[in-house]
Amino acid sequence: MSTAAPERLDPGPLRRAPRVDGRALLLAVAAPLLAAVVALAVSSIALVVSGSDPFTVYETMLAEGSDLRSVLITVNNGVPLYLAGLAVSIGFRMGLFNIGVEGQYQLAALLAAAAGAAVELPAVLHVLLIVLVAVSVGAAWAGVAGVLKTTRGVSEVISTIMLNVIAAGLAAYLLATYLQERVEGSNNQATPEIAPSGRFPTLDAPLEALGVTLPQGTSLNGFVLVAVLVGVLYWLLVGRSRFGFDLKATGLSPSAAVASGVDAKRMTVTVMLLSGGVAGLVGLAQVLGDTYDYGLEFTSGLGLTGIGVALLGRNSPVGIAFAALLFAFLERSSATLQRIDVPTEIYVIMQGTIVLSVVVAYEVVRRVGVAQAERAVRAATGDRA
Amino acid sequence: MSTPVVELAGITKRFPGVVANRDVDLSVQAGEVHAVVGENGAGKSTLMKILYGMQRPDEGVIRVDGAEVAFKSASDAIDAGIGMVHQHFMLADNLTVLENVVLGAEPRRGGRLDTRTARARILELSERYGLGVDPDALVEELGVGDRQRVEILKVLFRGARVLILDEPTAVLVPQEVDELFASLAGLRAEGVAVVFISHKLDEVLRVADAVTVLRAGTTVTTVPAQGTTPRALAELMVGSELPTPETRESTVTDVVQLDVQHLSVRSPEGRPVVDDVSFRIRRGEVLGIAGVEGNGQVELVEALLGLRASTGTVRLGDQDVSGWSTRARREGGIGYVPEDRHRQGLLLSASLWENRVLGHQGRRPARRGPWIDRRAARADTARIVEEYGVKTPGVSVPAFALSGGNQQKLVVGREMSGAPTLLVASHPTRGVDVGAQAQLWDHLRTARAQGLAVLLVSADLEELIGLSDTLVVMLRGRFVATLDPAGTTPESLGSAMTGAAA
Repeated sequence: MSTAAPERLDPGPLRRAPRVDGRALLLAVAAPLLAAVVALAVSSIALVVSGSDPFTVYETMLAEGSDLRSVLITVNNGVPLYLAGLAVSIGFRMGLFNIGVEGQYQLAALLAAAAGAAVELPAVLHVLLIVLVAVSVGAAWAGVAGVLKTTRGVSEVISTIMLNVIAAGLAAYLLATYLQERVEGSNNQATPEIAPSGRFPTLDAPLEALGVTLPQGTSLNGFVLVAVLVGVLYWLLVGRSRFGFDLKATGLSPSAAVASGVDAKRMTVTVMLLSGGVAGLVGLAQVLGDTYDYGLEFTSGLGLTGIGVALLGRNSPVGIAFAALLFAFLERSSATLQRIDVPTEIYVIMQGTIVLSVVVAYEVVRRVGVAQAERAVRAATGDRA
Repeated sequence: MSTPVVELAGITKRFPGVVANRDVDLSVQAGEVHAVVGENGAGKSTLMKILYGMQRPDEGVIRVDGAEVAFKSASDAIDAGIGMVHQHFMLADNLTVLENVVLGAEPRRGGRLDTRTARARILELSERYGLGVDPDALVEELGVGDRQRVEILKVLFRGARVLILDEPTAVLVPQEVDELFASLAGLRAEGVAVVFISHKLDEVLRVADAVTVLRAGTTVTTVPAQGTTPRALAELMVGSELPTPETRESTVTDVVQLDVQHLSVRSPEGRPVVDDVSFRIRRGEVLGIAGVEGNGQVELVEALLGLRASTGTVRLGDQDVSGWSTRARREGGIGYVPEDRHRQGLLLSASLWENRVLGHQGRRPARRGPWIDRRAARADTARIVEEYGVKTPGVSVPAFALSGGNQQKLVVGREMSGAPTLLVASHPTRGVDVGAQAQLWDHLRTARAQGLAVLLVSADLEELIGLSDTLVVMLRGRFVATLDPAGTTPESLGSAMTGAAA
């Protein structure tokens, strides 16, 4: 995989287009709009082919998806997707493909859950320890790929995919042997439950204080706050800091970045560590705020979905938030679809269609933007190229 | 005169807000090498795109063999016998010459590629035009000159009688240029018309029969190559008297700014590409390095910047910087104008102000603590745009939208920022038009007068002689001669570069 691909993944010159007139703004709006139209059209075709009326389906999805219970579930499920999207996106910024978020978060969640269950600490410290373990494990696992790339030239795509397989095997082995708590008469394998001091508080109380009545059996995962915090940090680091500039420069042109004084190897390792560190947080929403352990039925696949979320979010922290919520919403809709006799796989088709439409739409709009920028310069300078 | 094989008459092409070509006339005879010269932005590219069917003119007519034609696309132009060799080659490295040549125009027999016919055609064409192309060679194993001949062959294979060459010598070393010109002579002898776009005027005069000069989008004149001089052509191009790169009085001081001792760089195979080189540059001195490209200049420059591993010592001022990283060296006062600004000097799709930050991430005004100071960076970019005359509507424009000369002004302006003590400049005015070149020379001279030490690598011998206080000739990784620019002519320098006078 060459560096040409990340060039395309980058938001492109669109966001940096000259402020010549309203046309730049129009272009910025055009891309998501175009993507939405294409995605809706293709999904409708899929629905019609499967024998359903697309309008009824969309109507039902919206109606059921907008009740409070669904919204809460969507937000809760969106949190790990958001973190996974951010983790992948950090790498994208400099043209690194961390496909290994999957393995990084699973291993991190297992070891953090086991560590959290093994100790008793005062509340805040307990949670911090679990977070620290998760972040370190995620970073270390991703760091392996970083070191392999800088010392041996191994493509991070290959190594992270392989590390995913190793992580899955390693996690299953550790869980089956050393880390599970054996419960009489149960076939389930899971780490012991984390003591209440190591659990993350929900946001139910503040919500109720605001006058929201939560439906029975639902709550808002407190990890939402962590996700928001990581999003803000991401924005500051990537969009505003010197490090972020180096990151972007390396993504746009590795040779120019090196000539400007960026240490490419160090950058690669740092970015993999950061990406893995954020990946380590992905599973914690569940461990700290929902199940309090890591078991056989621990959610998998978040890391791979995170790649789609990052692509859809165009590497912007706000865009990734929208993407994560959209994906969570579609996933939530799969239950709705099943009830009205629509094949549930439709939602996967929708997710895929959306990602593809967005990538294509942004590329189209990017090209228009390029031509527009060149014309603007020609017009302003009287240069004839 | 016989009917021209191609004739453009009264061509006008408007883009929104700008007229790229205005009433341009061009008439090319069969068996003629016709050069089209002009500054960057004079309208050469647009004109060639019109001739090659990539753009349609708003006014004017194109005639092929006297008959009026209207090209809708490049394939119409190819059908009419007009072919183009682009500056950047479009060859698939992992295919053979034969496969590359037939790609998209495959002779078939029974639905399969007819290799025998293809090979015979290629050999016949290669023989007839003296191209010397081996159809079975892998393209990745060919040098730049060979690749260019493959491109030419590709066009001839499609039946071209008019060949457009866009800046064909830009990528060639002098020997390859000679070979190319020999090939062009072969084409001319066989009645092919060649349209040769260039701004290297001495080359144009060596190879062309007629020269059409464009300025500000319109034809100034067409002159026979015989009896005209590069200087006369250049003056037609800019429409005024030419500046010269002469440096008048010496500003060399006694303070050594750069002291390099026993510097060696090895290639990955272990061959010394810079071989035990020692030199000093004093404040206010320009050290010019002359040499045929590929004799270690690139490696020397990159070693000084810390971009390439080397042995020996490098002292900047009173500090030994041998072990320093690239960033530490740059922040220690080394400015760097790279040979290839697209590869090392710019982030093409990033804005001008972000490009101002590039290489200055760790310094004021771009930096404020761990953050990038966007406002200060923008303000300082505006200063560079002003001082260096960068033509741009603003500092948020992406760098790719600027012309090459304006990009280069931005790069030089940036590298002169932050009070550098040493400037390492590789081909600082390459690909830049005459007007911008003069401005850049002025900036270099002013900085030198203020005590800047400059290491200048250039293929432009007049630039080297005119700007340098000391000239050294680099050959096979070594400094083989030191010359006083005052007594050096481009001719004597040229022969020193090939080792003849060393």
